[in-house]
Amino acid sequence: MKGISKLKSSLQKLVLVLLFMPLSAMADWALNMRQGVTPISQEIYQMHMVTLWVVTVIGILVFGVMFWSIFHHRKSKGAKAAKFSHSTTVEIIWTIIPTAIIISLAIPATKLLIKMDDTSESAITVKATGSQWKWKYDYLDGVGEGITIFSSLDAKSKEISQRDSGLNPMDHENYLRDVDEPIVLPINTKIRILTTSQDVIHAWWLPDLGWKRDAIPGFINDNWAVIEKTGTYRGKCTEICGAGHGYMPIVLKAVSMEDYTAWVDEKKIAQAASKNTSNIVLNMEELMTKGEAVYKAQCLVCHQANGEGLKGAFPSIVGSPVAVDAGNRMRHVQQIIYGKGLMPAFGEQLSDVDIASIVSFTRNAWGNNTGDIVQAKEVAEARKAAKVIK
Amino acid sequence: MSTLAHDDHHDHKPTGLKRWFFSTNHKDIGTLYLIFALTMFFVGGAMAMIIRAELFQPGLQFVDPQFYNSMVTVHALIMIFGAVMPAGVGLANWMIPLMIGAPDMALPRMNNMSFWILPFAFALLLSTLFMDGGAPAGGWTMYPPLVLQTGDAFPFLIFAVHFLGISSIMGAINIIATVFNMRAPGMTLMQMPLFVWTWVITSFLLIASLPVLAGGVTMLLTDKYFGTSFFDAAGGGDPVLFQHIFWFFGHPEVYILALPAFGIVSQIIPAFARKPLFGYASMVYATASIAILSFFVWAHHMFTVGLPIKGELFFMYATMLIAVPTGVKVFNWIATMWKGSMTFETPMLFSVAFVILFTIGGFSGLMLGITPVDFQYHDTYFVVAHFHYVLLTGAIFALMAAAYYWLPKWTGFMYDERLGKIHFWLSLISSNVLFFPQHFLGLAGMPRRIPDYNIQFADFNMISSIGGFAYGISQLLFVYIVIKCAMGGKKARARSWEGAKGLEWEVPSPAPFHTFETPPKLTKKVLESLY
Repeated sequence: MKGISKLKSSLQKLVLVLLFMPLSAMADWALNMRQGVTPISQEIYQMHMVTLWVVTVIGILVFGVMFWSIFHHRKSKGAKAAKFSHSTTVEIIWTIIPTAIIISLAIPATKLLIKMDDTSESAITVKATGSQWKWKYDYLDGVGEGITIFSSLDAKSKEISQRDSGLNPMDHENYLRDVDEPIVLPINTKIRILTTSQDVIHAWWLPDLGWKRDAIPGFINDNWAVIEKTGTYRGKCTEICGAGHGYMPIVLKAVSMEDYTAWVDEKKIAQAASKNTSNIVLNMEELMTKGEAVYKAQCLVCHQANGEGLKGAFPSIVGSPVAVDAGNRMRHVQQIIYGKGLMPAFGEQLSDVDIASIVSFTRNAWGNNTGDIVQAKEVAEARKAAKVIK
Repeated sequence: MSTLAHDDHHDHKPTGLKRWFFSTNHKDIGTLYLIFALTMFFVGGAMAMIIRAELFQPGLQFVDPQFYNSMVTVHALIMIFGAVMPAGVGLANWMIPLMIGAPDMALPRMNNMSFWILPFAFALLLSTLFMDGGAPAGGWTMYPPLVLQTGDAFPFLIFAVHFLGISSIMGAINIIATVFNMRAPGMTLMQMPLFVWTWVITSFLLIASLPVLAGGVTMLLTDKYFGTSFFDAAGGGDPVLFQHIFWFFGHPEVYILALPAFGIVSQIIPAFARKPLFGYASMVYATASIAILSFFVWAHHMFTVGLPIKGELFFMYATMLIAVPTGVKVFNWIATMWKGSMTFETPMLFSVAFVILFTIGGFSGLMLGITPVDFQYHDTYFVVAHFHYVLLTGAIFALMAAAYYWLPKWTGFMYDERLGKIHFWLSLISSNVLFFPQHFLGLAGMPRRIPDYNIQFADFNMISSIGGFAYGISQLLFVYIVIKCAMGGKKARARSWEGAKGLEWEVPSPAPFHTFETPPKLTKKVLESLY
């Protein structure tokens, strides 16, 4: 008998393993909230656990009574129905007890909320601006002031996430949780994080910081965090913001203050260099290679890998007059700089040479064989020229 | 037999198209509402199947992200406005006149109109699936500025919502007029069955909240087409204003879906415990307090928009306070079972499951109400699990219980009890496999309304999808049981359940086309039998 039951259990295990084999490699079975890496996130975790235990105990008591009644007060066991229909005493008791429990939960919650609300005396201020579908971070105050980062979904995730891409999400550990450029911040420093938006409402959430906050166009919300451990922390946009809502992760690298200042210096030099690219001249092949890379990073989610967009939502670039007609070069460049309708403006994010290579690439890819070459200089001029885009 | 023949004689009714399109009979209109609701339950359910199929594995397999968002949006609108609300109104139509001894609803022609608006409203809404730019995809909450990016579907969405609102308001007016004017002589308000009470209170919620929604969506319409900037910061407006307006409607709406469910189980549990409802008066007061409080908690849906701390504290306290009257109701149901003589036919099984699973949804609701912790839960699958526990294993389980409880009265036949129990157990297990793991997904960090996810969420999503498919298929069994019951079976007695109380069990089964043409005499004995 023992052998049979052992066989049975190992068979069951085998079925389970087979069922979940493709997933078990990397998927985890996390059941509970993350404790996070800030004092606040840990207090939130504690509050969560306390409430969870309170409702669990209430549940066990209440359902326990109920099931006892279900098993004992049934007709098939010969139970005769009692006649009572009210009791003022018990009704008062079961009004007072829940009220007391609620008050005892509300007091610590109030204290915690007041603590979270206090953003004063922060050393560094960063503004996170959401747009469809990426995050822009401006370092407004403190060490690193003046740095701007654009952070969008990493190229590998973008490629895998295309429908019928033929690629397996299992091959990418941080699928949909990675960005091309993470935000970098120092540990043990009070950081004020502002959230706002350029277009629709987004929400900025890093579970390890313990909170999320909406990013609302025209309004600025503020929050704070003191990160206590170095590491890479990942989160997501949590307010539906259109087709790319699932594709705008948030990645934060927390480093020591020394590493942070080193990063700031490096970043400032790189930022200055990227501002000054209008004199770079590339040949057709270079433009196509660079253009394809930038296209994949910036344009692919809407216009798709084949340039055909998504019918009804995102227009096709293939054969589009803007991308094909010789008279539309200026319009093409400016549409990328200023955006149009749903299409966001890329002028601030992309350098002249980046824009030049996207324009050259899209004017020559997928059978748009115009042979046009657009150089960085033309983009620099388009920035200064009068707008031809409505 | 002689009573039946006698009733048949009075049972002359129009036939064919005329009977159904021009009906002013509360029973026929009730039937129309119920059939419509069941149809919409499957339309919305099909969309849920698409959602769960796409989420079965990471990666995009079946639909584009935009279409996925449309499914999320339209699924919610259909289930709320097309399935649960019409099912509740259908029950109210059928049962309230029978329960209070009235010959029909007070405003029978308006009753016809409030039903027939619905198919047209949903034709408008569903037609958007075939439009340029696709169906609305900004979530059923219709938050601007995102909703303003909707393509040709936008005005159809707004007018569909307007029509649904008009229909519901007319239904609500009708119920209030009926209950306040047409009770059998001698029946005081505090002698009404609890189902009637919950519907009166629900009607007031509808009348108070739906015009606010209508105003809000009209402002969306003018923002989009007439150059206003109610919700556009660039023009001096505020996108968050819409959220305040929406949830001032939206939170009472939650109770519009839930209160009739409370009323249903308050009828069924005493019937199968063969014991009067415990704490009738406190049930009425608890329902009324929940309804009043529901107008003061709306911003708990918006804790993360950046409310001032005083606002967050106020809405946290008010939200937590709702747990008290809700707790009273749960305790009353359990006290009704206590020392009863219980049997567990399908309506009772669904009702008991309702009490447990709705309470679990209430527990997660209390957790969500605690503002600082809500900053973690908000807009994750934890919320999805929460509201599906209160709406699917809550409201819909109660509606199923009601259908089984009153089917004998509607059709004149007993449904197949064995199949009913199978349907219950399948629904119970599959819905928990479907929604319980979503708590874990939310806590682990999975946001809601995303078509694709990291592999860390893969296992629980697959389990959830399996539960979803099983739940969906199980509901086909319900259709079979209902059709089978309507076609024939064991004849139902006037009092189809041994312990069932109330005037609706005093008329024959099936209930004749016209009932209580002369008001029933409420002797002391009859009144005692009411509850």
